Amino acid sequence: MAGLGFEETELRLGLPGGGSDAGDAAAARKRGFEETIDLKLKLEQPASAAAACVEKEAEEGEAEAAAASATGGGNMKSRSPSQSSVVTADDAQPDPEKPRAPKAQAVGWPPVRSSRKNILSVQKGGKDDGKSGAGAAAFVKVSMDGAPYLRKVDLRTYGSYQELSKALEKMLSSFTIGSCGGSQQGMQGVNETKLADLLSGSEYVPTYEDKDGDWMLVGDVPWEMFVESCKRLRIMKGSEAVGLAPRAMEKCKNSC
Amino acid sequence: MSTPHSSSTTSAPHRASPPQIPQSLTLAALTASSASPSSSSASGMRDAAEDDSDSPPSQMSEDDPGGGGGGGDRWEPDLRGGNGGGGRWAPPDQVLENVLESVLEFLTAARDRNAASLVCRSWYRAEAQTRRELFIGNCYAVSPRRAAERFGGLRSVVLKGKPRFADFSLVPYGWGAYVSPWVAALGPAYPRLERICLKRMTVSDDDLALVAKSFPFFRELSLVCCDGFSTVGLAVVAERCRHLRVLDLIEDYVEDEDDELVDWISKFPESNTSLESLVFDCVSVPFNFDALEALVARSPALRRLRVNHHVSVEQLRRLMARAPQLTHFGTGAFRSEAAPGGGLSVTELATSFAASRSIICLSGFRDVNPEYLPAIYPVCAKLTSLNFSFASLTAEELKPVIRNCINLRTFWVLDTVGDEGLRAVADTCSDLRELRVFPLDASEDSEGSVSDVGLLAISEGCRKLESILYFCQRMTNAAVIAMSKNCPDLVVFRLCIMGRHRPDWITRDPMDDGFGAIVMNCKKLTRLSVSGLLTDKAFAYIGKYGKLIKTLSVAFAGNSDMSLQYIFEGCTKLQKLEVRDSPFSDKGLLSGLNYFYNMRFLWMNSCRLTMRGCKDVAQQMQNLVVEVIKDHSDDEGEAEIVDKLYLYRSLAGPRNDAPPFVTLL
Repeated sequence: MAGLGFEETELRLGLPGGGSDAGDAAAARKRGFEETIDLKLKLEQPASAAAACVEKEAEEGEAEAAAASATGGGNMKSRSPSQSSVVTADDAQPDPEKPRAPKAQAVGWPPVRSSRKNILSVQKGGKDDGKSGAGAAAFVKVSMDGAPYLRKVDLRTYGSYQELSKALEKMLSSFTIGSCGGSQQGMQGVNETKLADLLSGSEYVPTYEDKDGDWMLVGDVPWEMFVESCKRLRIMKGSEAVGLAPRAMEKCKNSC
Repeated sequence: MSTPHSSSTTSAPHRASPPQIPQSLTLAALTASSASPSSSSASGMRDAAEDDSDSPPSQMSEDDPGGGGGGGDRWEPDLRGGNGGGGRWAPPDQVLENVLESVLEFLTAARDRNAASLVCRSWYRAEAQTRRELFIGNCYAVSPRRAAERFGGLRSVVLKGKPRFADFSLVPYGWGAYVSPWVAALGPAYPRLERICLKRMTVSDDDLALVAKSFPFFRELSLVCCDGFSTVGLAVVAERCRHLRVLDLIEDYVEDEDDELVDWISKFPESNTSLESLVFDCVSVPFNFDALEALVARSPALRRLRVNHHVSVEQLRRLMARAPQLTHFGTGAFRSEAAPGGGLSVTELATSFAASRSIICLSGFRDVNPEYLPAIYPVCAKLTSLNFSFASLTAEELKPVIRNCINLRTFWVLDTVGDEGLRAVADTCSDLRELRVFPLDASEDSEGSVSDVGLLAISEGCRKLESILYFCQRMTNAAVIAMSKNCPDLVVFRLCIMGRHRPDWITRDPMDDGFGAIVMNCKKLTRLSVSGLLTDKAFAYIGKYGKLIKTLSVAFAGNSDMSLQYIFEGCTKLQKLEVRDSPFSDKGLLSGLNYFYNMRFLWMNSCRLTMRGCKDVAQQMQNLVVEVIKDHSDDEGEAEIVDKLYLYRSLAGPRNDAPPFVTLL
């Protein structure tokens, strides 16, 4: 895993800068962002690529599980994708009629109502006062520059930035962001230059307004924190979002 | 339009026109002149009473009020009676009508009523005046106006809106199913309306206000999986519906903007209320507990109370003291608000439960502290229903509780119970009728804590099982076959192997034989959800043996259009078919043409349908509404591909409230 530089793009479930074994807090925030802005259309992939991707996901999952146990998160979801995903790849049917299972999670699968998702996080976090999750839906409005009307999504139906990204992509799939992040693209890791290119280009960037009324880049904070603090989403043009990145990092430095 | 109806034959005639002396009219003349409605082709009127087990308390029977099913015949019955109303038939014999109505009062099942209404015009009219509950399984199948014109004396209306896959984020926000036009039509038509039950509909605060205003005798409001309303609307209902007996809010999404929170609990009448049931565990915002305690204290008829998670065990104790007669209790968080070490002791809480001698159903446990679980032991032996599906408890924590629940009939739990915990259920709960095992971690690559072992154990211990919903990651054909043989009374079998396309994990075979055995051996089966690796063979079995199946859910299954053909041709009682992510194309869709009028709806998403196929269907079937739903706002090159198809029979034609992302073909 280290050779591919993937640890930079991993999502960690711990709080930023706390308990994480990444050295650089700024990189920790940035890597989440990279992962989430991959709104490229996920086309069906040939079996070999799918198997390769599955392998990468398995390695990533193992590293993540290791990180999770390092942070001592006892209730964290323990993935063993090495077992399940590889099984799936092995059983990829020779029948060409069978649809290739896309690697990303499908929307609404498994079929569990949103009130039943995230029971894990509720138990872990205990009761918050006021608007506690406890399985309640977290609808936020999604606006997209250029789209004629708003949409609404329930953040609690997604378990990760990847899932949200997939759903947003489905909603707005005519807009893509370049091949940045996402393990199936085989990226070598990201750097400031690439980020700048992205933001200054005509691609779109997901941003959100948090509880304090600030506009942040999606992916800056761990998923659970994001769900709790996100008030609304806005997919804005990359060029407009340029000013956000440094501000977002600054905010995190101050408050985290 | 509606008049208070009296069933006594000695009452004054309730129709505007006919004179007291009945027209001389022989029975022969009456039947000769009342031709049976020719419009009801066999395809339009097939109905069945349905037990919808999506959410616990909702028992909804099924009805299709359409008078003209398949052929588009526009025969409109004259409900006003015949005083000079036309020379086609003689004015009704008043005494005969009254007698008929008195008899029809005894018919309650919708299916029976539908049959009676087809006998002749006289029976049609009599039935229309005496039907008390109207069930509409698809709110777009008929217009509110038409329903209100046909039925004279409704007391209760049940409406269902969005297709079930809306629960899984597959139907975009703003799709429809607004209750507003219904409330607007029902208000003037049925001032004596007492009960409204809605499922998967959008209900605004204004709608709730209109309900409260329109129906002075209103008694019962039940909202299941609805959205669009907030505590503002609840406050209006509480305040204005002075005879309210039931307010059941079940798995709704309640808007909860912090700055608009209303203390709705305080708005109930200050005198003793008639409340029998108050269920609001899905209203996740904080509420005024003192007001609730006072409300419970002045509601002597209260039997069902389910609170939200903002209630601690200390507060529970206070509620139980006020309402010792409760039968159904939703326990909130089941945790102490005090610091660890302080707070209520288990013994004190147990005393409260011991004093609640009538409790037969427990739920809640939303943030349970396992140390408090023993407090419920005093009531376990009497429990018939226990819902732990929001409580992340281990097998070790659950087993002692389960071992006390010898009379359990309904058990909902998370998969943390494990195969071992299910073994305990099997050993103890020989009377179990319904089991639901939900995943703690609802994702495809989760570990999954229950497997074929647990399923087998349940099948061996719970022979009377009628309904099962089971989420797992590993399953075998052998276990499913065993269940099919051990539990012949199964009516609902929903197995969800969460990883897509997973075969039998031991033999690596597809799961065809398991599901085949279920349809073969469970002769009462009406609802089936399949999963795992499945070929066309599974659907051949389902078509061949699943003759009573009304609801079928298919995901990531089948190899070819033959699967769909098997289903359509074989499942003669099929009402609802929902399909996702399966390799079915227009050809499969078209194989259902002759069957769509017999069904309530067909839903297909992420299959291989094209606009051409869907348009074909729409063109050939005039009484079907064919909706193509997109997720993106603008047309692209992919315009030919249909991602989501929803088609349903309808007397109302294409709806006029469709959002831009819905194309009506």
